[in-house]
Amino acid sequence: MTRKLLTGNGAAAWGARLARIDYLPAFPITPQTEIIETLSNWIEGRELECRMVTMESEHSMLTAAGAAAVTGVRVFTATSSQGLLYATEMLYTVAGWRVPLVMVNVSRGLSSPITLEPDHNDVLAMRDCGFLQLHCATCQEVLDNLLIAYRLAEHPTVRLPVLVNLDGFYLSFTREPVLIPTQAEVDRFLPPFNPGSIRFRGGEPLSEGVAVLEGAAYSYFRYEAHLASLQGIRVYEELGQEFAGLFGRSYTALECYKSEDAEIVFVMIGSFATKAKEAVDRLREAGKKVGLVRPRLVRPFPAAALRGALAGKKGVAVIDQNLSPGKGGILHGELASALYGMAEAPPVLASFVGGLGGRDISSEEFFEIHKAVQRAVSEGVNPSPRLLYTEEELRGVRTMQSVARAADTKQGGGA
Amino acid sequence: MSETHYHHLRDLPSRHILGTGTPMCAGCGGLATLHQVYDLMGEKCVIVNGASCLTLLSVYPYTPFRGSWLYTAMACAPAGAQGVRDGLDILKKKGRISEAEDLEVVVLTGDGSAYGMGLSATSGAMDRNLDFLYLCYDNEGYGNTGQQFSPATPHAAHTATSKGPKGYPGYKKDLFGIWAAHQPSYVATVVAAEPLDLARKIERARSLTGPRLILALAPCPTGWDYEPSATVEIGKLAVQTGIWPLKEYVDGRVVHTKIPHPRLKVEEYLKAQGRFRHLFAPRENREMIAEIQAGVDRYWQQVEQEQEQPRS
Repeated sequence: MTRKLLTGNGAAAWGARLARIDYLPAFPITPQTEIIETLSNWIEGRELECRMVTMESEHSMLTAAGAAAVTGVRVFTATSSQGLLYATEMLYTVAGWRVPLVMVNVSRGLSSPITLEPDHNDVLAMRDCGFLQLHCATCQEVLDNLLIAYRLAEHPTVRLPVLVNLDGFYLSFTREPVLIPTQAEVDRFLPPFNPGSIRFRGGEPLSEGVAVLEGAAYSYFRYEAHLASLQGIRVYEELGQEFAGLFGRSYTALECYKSEDAEIVFVMIGSFATKAKEAVDRLREAGKKVGLVRPRLVRPFPAAALRGALAGKKGVAVIDQNLSPGKGGILHGELASALYGMAEAPPVLASFVGGLGGRDISSEEFFEIHKAVQRAVSEGVNPSPRLLYTEEELRGVRTMQSVARAADTKQGGGA
Repeated sequence: MSETHYHHLRDLPSRHILGTGTPMCAGCGGLATLHQVYDLMGEKCVIVNGASCLTLLSVYPYTPFRGSWLYTAMACAPAGAQGVRDGLDILKKKGRISEAEDLEVVVLTGDGSAYGMGLSATSGAMDRNLDFLYLCYDNEGYGNTGQQFSPATPHAAHTATSKGPKGYPGYKKDLFGIWAAHQPSYVATVVAAEPLDLARKIERARSLTGPRLILALAPCPTGWDYEPSATVEIGKLAVQTGIWPLKEYVDGRVVHTKIPHPRLKVEEYLKAQGRFRHLFAPRENREMIAEIQAGVDRYWQQVEQEQEQPRS
């Protein structure tokens, strides 16, 4: 085991390397590119025995990834944002093939307007595709969850592809100290992939991805994938314990931070949750009973664990780094469906949207969120959803608009 | 091509391995092509399919294939071939499977995918010098959805989306030329109505590695509007009128494998199909027929100028 400063992307590359991946179909896209560059250098230097092929698009990349996985090799790939959406058709398709590949998504906001900076609309647009989703908050968690992801994907009762998510820039390019286990240690946790009966071989004809002509067959296979995905919650918890036994770091479907005795709880996913932790600490210093619950698993959705963690709370603030136009925060709706009808459901379930396109969420905003939820609790009224934005930001955009209009006037003036 | 095993029709495989009872239309030229190709290749291959009529050959829980099958999507069958080829190569290299467990990788799509939506994936596969055989059955339209025009539709043809008096205003895309410009290992045109020529080309293609295209004209009774029994006749007329030149590209050269002589007038081919009926009734559209004839004449004049010799 060595301790090294790694970016989130570097940690993802290390995870793939230690998983002894056989095949890496790739396509560059910011902010993911460092992952495939790092792996490419290791392959060039013969530190990793893996075949890398640069495809001509993410759509083809996912196709090649899934098709190779059907032969029984261990496959890794990575993308971001527009690339993930470009591959959407094949994410759904390869999930239906029940192939256990692992893909990293480095989250980045979606066009338009086009941006490089992170939010979660890309990965949540893939919420229903059949991939399991693990959301990471630290570089260590990225490396560790890559290894767990392969066990989860290849588990005989799951056998579905897994997406490991990390936030662009905030995690992908942030260096943190990471413990890198030795190959021998990882080999004890993650044995070679056994494809079982789903594999292309001469003399063993296999049809994969075939058509069905009626709803009964279609529904059967869709339900199978859903039930297998649900198995993933238990399997993830078991793997998390096994991992803890070997490496001393444990992973559960939820990270609960000072939430046990809390009256008000923040719920968020990804690296911005570390900002929420900081705010929890400061609010605790001020005597507030506040905590954080961070789902690592988003698919399968750990509804029972969330009910357990949030039962009896006075108020919950869901902070969504995504926006479903015309609806609001996606996780807020997901959580509401998990809590509805529960005897001890928190009476206040407030929705906040922020952190879009790399916008920060400041400590002051966490304090304000806490205050708003506290007020709602005392008034007994669920507050309206709020879009986080400051007057200063608005002034900045107004300035840009005046610049843009000035440019328009100049160009149009002579015509 | 003196090395060929196929000199007479009796040299063709007598064992037919593609199962019957598929949901394809009677007289399907695509299925006829696939029957011949599959008999020649045998079951030790995996067919990687993109959305097309022939996708419906494998409908759970039945398949006419004795070998393997992978349905991908419309845009990306060559990328699926990449994954399968690479996966099997990795397994061989790492000693996890034997040479005997290896499979040939065959892409199977219609023209909608091969000429249009799948071109990027096809071009990419050629850039990477992928070792695969691409079989395109070209029925000159989006057949599975009811024969709307595609980039492979010939000028003037009536389709479900070009029903006016002039038919399809565009011109058939030169997929052979697009492939040849990539300098792949092999490109050939075939038609099921000429089974010996087809067999020799499959034989040649399989003797090579790298990207290889077999582009098969696939007469389509439902889409082209003719009686199913005429599929072979129409395939032969396509060759005899010079509308579908049988040729191959190998080692940087294009060779015509069957030069029609004498070359029949294009009317012979056009008249046989309902999709060109508007060129003959209610009155003959001489201008358009002449334009089509001129295009074919120009093609063969160029071939003559290049002084190519037919293959013996």
